[in-house]
Amino acid sequence: MKWSLGSKRGAPDGLWMKCEACDNLVYKKVVEDAHHVCPECGFHFRISAAKRIEYLLDDGSFVEHFSNLESIDALNFKGQKSYKDKLLKAQKNTGQREAAVFGTGAIAGQKVVFGVIDANFIMGSMGSVVGEKIARGAELARKEKLPFIVVSGSGGGARMEEGILSLFQMAKTSAAIKRLQDAGGIYIAILTNATMGGSMASWASLGDITIAEPKALLGFAGPRVIAQTVRQELPAGFQTSEFLLDHGFVDMVVARKELRQKLISLLRYTCREMPAYVKQSGRQTSKVEAPKVASR
Amino acid sequence: MSGVDRLNVPEFERPIVELEMKLESARMDLANARDEAARVSKEEEVKHLEKDLKKLTDSVFGNLDPWSRVQLARHPNRPLTTDYIKVLFDDWQELFGDRAYADDPAIVTGLGTINGVKCFVMGHRKGKTLKERLECNFGCAHPEGYRKALRKMKLAEKLALPIISFINTPGAYPGLEAEERGQSQAIAENIREMATLRVPIICLTIGEGGSGGALGIGVGDRYLIMENSYYSVISPEGCAAILWHDAKRASDAAKVLRLTPNDLIELGIMDEIVPEPYGGAHRDPRKAMDIVKATLLRHLGELQTIDIDTLLDQRYEKLRKMGKYQEVPMATA
Ligand SMILES: [Zn+2]
Repeated sequence: MKWSLGSKRGAPDGLWMKCEACDNLVYKKVVEDAHHVCPECGFHFRISAAKRIEYLLDDGSFVEHFSNLESIDALNFKGQKSYKDKLLKAQKNTGQREAAVFGTGAIAGQKVVFGVIDANFIMGSMGSVVGEKIARGAELARKEKLPFIVVSGSGGGARMEEGILSLFQMAKTSAAIKRLQDAGGIYIAILTNATMGGSMASWASLGDITIAEPKALLGFAGPRVIAQTVRQELPAGFQTSEFLLDHGFVDMVVARKELRQKLISLLRYTCREMPAYVKQSGRQTSKVEAPKVASR
Repeated sequence: MSGVDRLNVPEFERPIVELEMKLESARMDLANARDEAARVSKEEEVKHLEKDLKKLTDSVFGNLDPWSRVQLARHPNRPLTTDYIKVLFDDWQELFGDRAYADDPAIVTGLGTINGVKCFVMGHRKGKTLKERLECNFGCAHPEGYRKALRKMKLAEKLALPIISFINTPGAYPGLEAEERGQSQAIAENIREMATLRVPIICLTIGEGGSGGALGIGVGDRYLIMENSYYSVISPEGCAAILWHDAKRASDAAKVLRLTPNDLIELGIMDEIVPEPYGGAHRDPRKAMDIVKATLLRHLGELQTIDIDTLLDQRYEKLRKMGKYQEVPMATA
């Protein structure tokens, strides 16, 4: 992040912060009240998994699952920094064991399986643990007949330090999501800044309903790689949420502050008693079981 | 083949080709020797060259480092998807188009018969001539390529034909239009659908397994890879650029990424390495074809005896096991 909380010039008294998108100095309290959105330009700042849970789920409803999964340096990867050090640093900075935080929670009383890929942890890139948590989350949602909601912030795509293992997480996660969807389960993907590469080309693009936060960077190839390949400047707004909406790849772009209410509205449609005509049908839909309805 | 073509090889292979050409001309001289003295001296020369060549090939091909394998995987004379289709499959019926936007020549799809077994065949197409290579974007597919593949795979499912996928791509095309038309979505959908297609699927990497672009037609029941191929989350050049800001250190990156067939077996991704003729498939394409044919027939035979629901469970279980992590003990309350 470019903005610094402590520096005198950038943030006098620590009460102000500089917006990385519009360069304006903005009052921190205002930003926080707006769920970490710039009051000047509407830029959505990166937030932690904990904040995401706080903003979207009912108070105190979240119970973390699979939290004991931890990444290992299976390739003994020798970059400039060792993968082990990178993991330790990310763990220290975020207080999380990995980028993915998954569990169960409730949204206006409707129980859901809920996960966040936290962009603060090695750019939210997908290694074996992230892939495993997504797959286990989808399996849990299938077993418990609950809606599956994943908030992605996976600008790193497949995590390079896990090589081929991270690449095949694309297949593992997609297969688990397919099983959930084939069983009649609903998967809502919420795409946030940034989601790219192997993440975007697998689980993040497979939602039954796909929502994007405004102005997020979403795409397959990185903008720099594309610019080098086509040898031209990329048009303004390329690979943003709005670009994807224009081209038909997301259902809606929803501001962070309205996200919870939007989920409540959508879950009203996705969690229902199956009407009689479904039960009577002799087709494969007879196998389909509706997600459980909230008890209240 | 002209001499120019023959020298269009990776740096490490060049001395071998040069020596081979020298040997050939010596043999020619021997055949044309005018008198006994010339014959004896030429015979001596040929013997020497043969010995040198054996020594040289052993030292070069006997211990190929990861970067050499990558170069062999990209070798300009290496057999391509279209070569395997042409040689191994009878009654080839190519099918075109995704019915939505266009036909992407970077992925070829069609119906073919191998040893009497009817199959659906697909693969990345790199192209032979420069013109073809440009048309195929050097084997980098656009979304319509992946959508074409999926549409034809659904046909294969309906016709109960096993699927054979030849993987050979540097990666999916990174471009403006590819993004506009949903490269991510096209690849994601293929991966998801292949996980549950109700016919056996054999994925054979014959050269480059370039990241998501490879996986987009690469999920199935058997993961086979030819000896001089690689499969990687990122190209060695791309990895080097990220790690050391220097794409020229690709050979170092090739080591770090663990992308060789042996690594891929060890990491639990690939099932089997398909051996190649000494020095690579390009040095004896006919023999390479025979080995591939026998391998495909063996797996087709095995897969056709397994009932499809069992097969789908196995396909899922194999994917579920992919990845390495630890489960730390939780403090109990
Ligand atoms: Zn701003």
